[in-house]
Amino acid sequence: MASRMSRRLLLTLLVVVAGALLLAPIASADLFSPESGGSKNADDIDWLYKATFAIALIVFIGVEGVLIYSVVKFKARKGAVAAQIRGNTRLEIGWTVGAAVVLVVLATLTFVKLDSIRNPPDSSPDGLQLADTSRRLPPNGKALNICVNGQQYIWRYTYAADCKGGKNLGAPFSYEEMVVPVNTTVTLDIEAQDVAHSWWIPKLGGKFDAIPGYTNHTWFKVPGKFATKPGGTVFFGQCAELCGRNHANMTARVRAVSVTEYQAWLERRKADIKAAEQAAAQQRKQLEGSTANSNPAGPAAPGQNPARPTDASSTQNP
Amino acid sequence: MAATVEAPTTPSVAPLPQVVAHRIDPAPTGWTSWVTTTDHKRIGIMYLVLTFGFFILGGIEALLIRLQLAVPNNDLLTPQTYNALFTMHGTTMIFLFVVPVMAGFGNYFVPLMIGARDMAFPKLNALSFWLLAAGGIVFYVSLFFSPPECGWTCYAPLNETAYLPSGGVDAWIFLIHLTGLSSLVGAINFYVTIANMRAPGMGWGRLPLFVWTILTYAVLLILALPVIAGAVTLLLTDRHFGTHFFDATNGGSPLLWQHLFWFFGHPEVYIMVLPGFGIISEVLPVFARKPIFGYKAIAAATVVIAFLGLLVWAHHMFTTPSPSLVLIFFMMSSFLIAVPTGVKIFNWIATLWRGTIEYTTSLLFAVGFIGTFLIGGITGIFVAVFPVDWQLHDTYFIVAHFHYVLMGGAVFAIFSGLYYWFPKMSGRMLGEGLGKTSFWLMLIGFHTTFLVQHSAGMEGMPRRIYEYSDIKDLAVLNMISTIGAFILGLGILVSAINVLISLKKGPIAGPDPWKANTLEWFTTSPPPINNFDSVPRIRSVEPMKDIRRQVLAQTGGTEASPAPTSVEAGRLSAHGGGEH
Ligand code: HEM
Ligand SMILES: [Cu+2]
Repeated sequence: MASRMSRRLLLTLLVVVAGALLLAPIASADLFSPESGGSKNADDIDWLYKATFAIALIVFIGVEGVLIYSVVKFKARKGAVAAQIRGNTRLEIGWTVGAAVVLVVLATLTFVKLDSIRNPPDSSPDGLQLADTSRRLPPNGKALNICVNGQQYIWRYTYAADCKGGKNLGAPFSYEEMVVPVNTTVTLDIEAQDVAHSWWIPKLGGKFDAIPGYTNHTWFKVPGKFATKPGGTVFFGQCAELCGRNHANMTARVRAVSVTEYQAWLERRKADIKAAEQAAAQQRKQLEGSTANSNPAGPAAPGQNPARPTDASSTQNP
Repeated sequence: MAATVEAPTTPSVAPLPQVVAHRIDPAPTGWTSWVTTTDHKRIGIMYLVLTFGFFILGGIEALLIRLQLAVPNNDLLTPQTYNALFTMHGTTMIFLFVVPVMAGFGNYFVPLMIGARDMAFPKLNALSFWLLAAGGIVFYVSLFFSPPECGWTCYAPLNETAYLPSGGVDAWIFLIHLTGLSSLVGAINFYVTIANMRAPGMGWGRLPLFVWTILTYAVLLILALPVIAGAVTLLLTDRHFGTHFFDATNGGSPLLWQHLFWFFGHPEVYIMVLPGFGIISEVLPVFARKPIFGYKAIAAATVVIAFLGLLVWAHHMFTTPSPSLVLIFFMMSSFLIAVPTGVKIFNWIATLWRGTIEYTTSLLFAVGFIGTFLIGGITGIFVAVFPVDWQLHDTYFIVAHFHYVLMGGAVFAIFSGLYYWFPKMSGRMLGEGLGKTSFWLMLIGFHTTFLVQHSAGMEGMPRRIYEYSDIKDLAVLNMISTIGAFILGLGILVSAINVLISLKKGPIAGPDPWKANTLEWFTTSPPPINNFDSVPRIRSVEPMKDIRRQVLAQTGGTEASPAPTSVEAGRLSAHGGGEH
């Protein structure tokens, strides 16, 4: 009774699951491997994943196949007698070595791809023209460096060659959306302001943690085809290390645009920041003396009012 | 205490054991007898009941998580509640379920399997249990103020008072200390018991494989627990006594926390899964009616896994700022650990090969374990390749990976053990119909829940997020996952009902319902307070086979009766205990 019931239940469930599994992949092609396409390192990781997957699939089908075969084939039947085998040294050495060989192959593949994933290439000739900043990487020492700073719950980007010790004060910056030129090697110095965060734009490569007290590094280089339409292409990502209640809302965008568009954007950004700074300075002068709480320079993050009306109101209600 | 039974431990010297009862008390009953007990079997049962209770709580938390994630941009739960839920879920499952449930099985069965009458230190054993209960209570009362919100890993500096000022993190620290102490005391007890109290003739080469894994579990606990105890103590002083161990703004290091945590945390994974391996190694030969294939290889693989398990911790830290050389070292050590794990899987399958396999629920769970754990092991290789891990780390791919290992691995093994050993503990059989229904629901529910999560992770969904946008296939993948979780929950419920029904109504099991191999089946079900009146001399890894064979020889080769003989029952009669 119970077993027939369970068989029927099993059958319906199998149909439901199979149906769901068949329907899901129709929606997208990248269900079975990591995102890629926006930068060579992401493509190489994707390749490495697929290579691992191919090897894994063989192992999986082989082992799972033998398992299911033996369970079905050797089901207890009348008169069947179990073979009393206690082991087989040769066989056991064989599969131990076999497993080791598979892993050596995987390690080799990883080493082959490691350099092109970890280390940035030079910018292309039609990328942003950069001064030699004598960075250790890429090989010619020229890269557009951006300081990435994680803070609860927003990313801040400073367009400066040096991110240490406030040397980037006055450099152009933006929040949440990073704008970069295509064909240009962009290196990131990743830091955190408060708790640990993790920088991740799947199509542009792997994630790298932003940890207070440390600087982490990664890079990407977006191919020119992404800047053909005006406004460029936006790559989405979000913080990948639990950083508090609104961790889910700590999103990040990278907009890849043409070199000229990038330069125009940077100029506009500089002007905007200057204007906002002047406005803030003026406001500060008005408030002088009535409050010790001064505004941080510059406009605040999107969503935050740069003028911070709370300061003003608190002075009205002493 | 009760009957004072003196029986020679080596009956081969004195063939007829003498039962000298100075005084016989009735077995104690009532709840006080449970609270004050030092009997390893009662403590084992209390462990199992308590930890299954926590499993149900953790499961309810999981279902709430899945409800919140069923649809994009859901606002069923607040971010705060959500973070508290996954923190409680992970902490409960690890510290209050999988690790102590293994101690529960170990408590009940290690003395029985090695022919001992109790654990080496019965009072410490009771202490272990009550420390665990206290740990669970201090953690769960935080529900009434504010539970921790930092995940089961509780990374620095989010765990500092500047970011999580509430007492939840302190309750979590208290839990780590209490359950840690409980496990540590228990581990020492296991170690001493196994080292000193084995039946005559049971050399290391005849130790049941489950006992091998409990021994390794104990050693790993002894090595790993002091590290986490130290780490949470540093955290406690950071939070309340003005130190700055993990505070970068004052010269501390958040990475120190990660290293300390994972130096404990990775061995913890093997602490959770090795005893499960042991259960599988006991169940398969019994139901395949074949000796375990490669006993020595499996025992050796257990020890090698434990050793290598101490050298892989930073594979949880591939995305932190680390030199390539460190990344390469931890990739290679993680690869290395896959070899003995693979060896075990091959040996299990070879054990089934050319057997005569009886499809009991216990065996189904064991086979389900192999098939599912294999996937967790393979995805483990993916994330050991560190450039690939840069994409997969901290996403739903990882959530899928470790549930394949912990749920598909450890929990399926635990259920296999439950169906295998329930008759011994209760004296009654579990229903096979309900058992099989439960198995299929759990297997299908499990894969429906977690297989699709690999894809969700690769499409960019990080773990520990309370909501996600309706991009790519996230909506459909998460809906599938939530449906699967409820099928899985139903499967667990069916087993719970099965247990409750069978406790009262299950068919009487008799001492050895499975015709099993190890010594726990040599006594009545449930065993008497002193376990055995006489302990036979052990001549192989399968003492019960030897005993049955001998009984057959002594009864003149008449076919073995389905009812176990008095010798098999371990209750002594003229046969003299079945030795010689
Ligand atoms: C009923 C079956 C289960 C379901 C549906 C389930 C579901 C989940 C989900 C969806 C998460 C991710 C939450 C997030 O990252 O936002 C999670 C986390 C976790 N689960 Fe489970 N789970 C189940 C059983 C288990 C079991 C049996 C274990 C351990 C033996 C376990 C251990 C964990 C751990 C350690 C975490 C990580 C918590 C953290 O991020 O701090 N789960 N579970
Ligand atoms: Cu964050």
